[in-house]
Amino acid sequence: MAGNSGNAIDPIHQFHISKIFPVEIGGVDFSFTNASLFMVVTVAVATLFLVLSTNRRGLVPSRAQLMAEMSYEFVAATLRGSAGNDGMRFFPLVFSLFMFVFVANMLGMFPYFFTVTSQIIVTFALAILVIGTVTIYGFFKHGAGFLKLFVPSGVPAGVIPLVSAIEVISFLSRPVSLSVRLFANMLAGHITLKVFAGFVVMLTGFGAVGIASAILPLILTVAITALEFLVAFLQAYVFTVLTCMYLADALHPSH
Amino acid sequence: MSNTQGNLNTTAEVGIVEEGGSFPPFDSTTYPSQLLWLVLSFGVFYWVMSKVVLPRIGGILEDRRDRIAGDMAEASRLKQETDEAIASYESALAEARKKATTMAHDARSKVKAETESARAAAEEQLAAKLSESEQSISKITAESLSHVGEIAAETTGELVKALIGGRAPAKAEVAKAVDAALK
Repeated sequence: MAGNSGNAIDPIHQFHISKIFPVEIGGVDFSFTNASLFMVVTVAVATLFLVLSTNRRGLVPSRAQLMAEMSYEFVAATLRGSAGNDGMRFFPLVFSLFMFVFVANMLGMFPYFFTVTSQIIVTFALAILVIGTVTIYGFFKHGAGFLKLFVPSGVPAGVIPLVSAIEVISFLSRPVSLSVRLFANMLAGHITLKVFAGFVVMLTGFGAVGIASAILPLILTVAITALEFLVAFLQAYVFTVLTCMYLADALHPSH
Repeated sequence: MSNTQGNLNTTAEVGIVEEGGSFPPFDSTTYPSQLLWLVLSFGVFYWVMSKVVLPRIGGILEDRRDRIAGDMAEASRLKQETDEAIASYESALAEARKKATTMAHDARSKVKAETESARAAAEEQLAAKLSESEQSISKITAESLSHVGEIAAETTGELVKALIGGRAPAKAEVAKAVDAALK
């Protein structure tokens, strides 16, 4: 029992990955875990919502269809705003990333649900997908001209090596910053939430005084929950905006 | 800590080999599985988005845009037609008004001319009649005046006969006396 209550307030426990169906191929563990389950759930929720809401193809949209249309136009406006009309060729990728991250973040707000984006490997993989797309498309479209990305125009020749070195480092650190930002936000938010909620549980164990003093962490928990909903959306948006900006580099490397 | 981890296995039937309390997101033994399932789920998601959902929503939005643009074009076409109809109505009205004014003017001047000529004719006739009357008056006057001496002589003759009785004086004598008196 002591272990159980210890478990309840262990803020790291929610990030634990446990197998549901063990799969092992060539000695490597590919088990279907709770993380896998929530990836599938994320995809299923997002897909079902978008497919069912637009099923009627109403000229006058229903509320659900309007939400689907708004998410479409929101992402399209973001992408067009930073990468221009050429950028619309990446629209499926950007939209999928936004919806995946957003729905995963939002599902993570449900108690007892696993947060897919609180795993660094997941956010890093998504960041590598973005940077990989940028790099491959950049070289495919501009060839060596893509390297102009690292040589800003209008810089005196003397400082070009220095500036280029900085540009290269900043380019290489993009996947790291992109993935760590999302991962750290989701991780920290959920830990904070769990810690304050844990205080409430702990303090109520100390009788009347404890219950009275549990009010403050309870209020904080509610407030942080609201904040976390904001963060869940905001981080999905930030991820999308940065993706759009990086894609703009791939389309127009000389800046 | 080990107690904590022991309890974790309750969710998984098989249980996992615990990595000595390492922080779960940094537990690299879970990476292959997460990557595989991420690639599968995100791959399917991307495929459904790019093949089904996005073309569909894009189609809906485009249909709506086309519909609105078409309706607007139709509305502006109808408005133009209305404007044209109003303009032609206005010009027809102006023409009709001008025509009416001309007609009224013509009618008025015609009536005026007719009246003028009728009046002139009447005046002429009147003048003729007037001069004729004047002539006859003067003729009558002259005639009357010529008879005055005769009447006066006759009257005088009668008077003289009545006064002195008996015999009437000779006519020529009386006339001579009257003429002398009249002069």
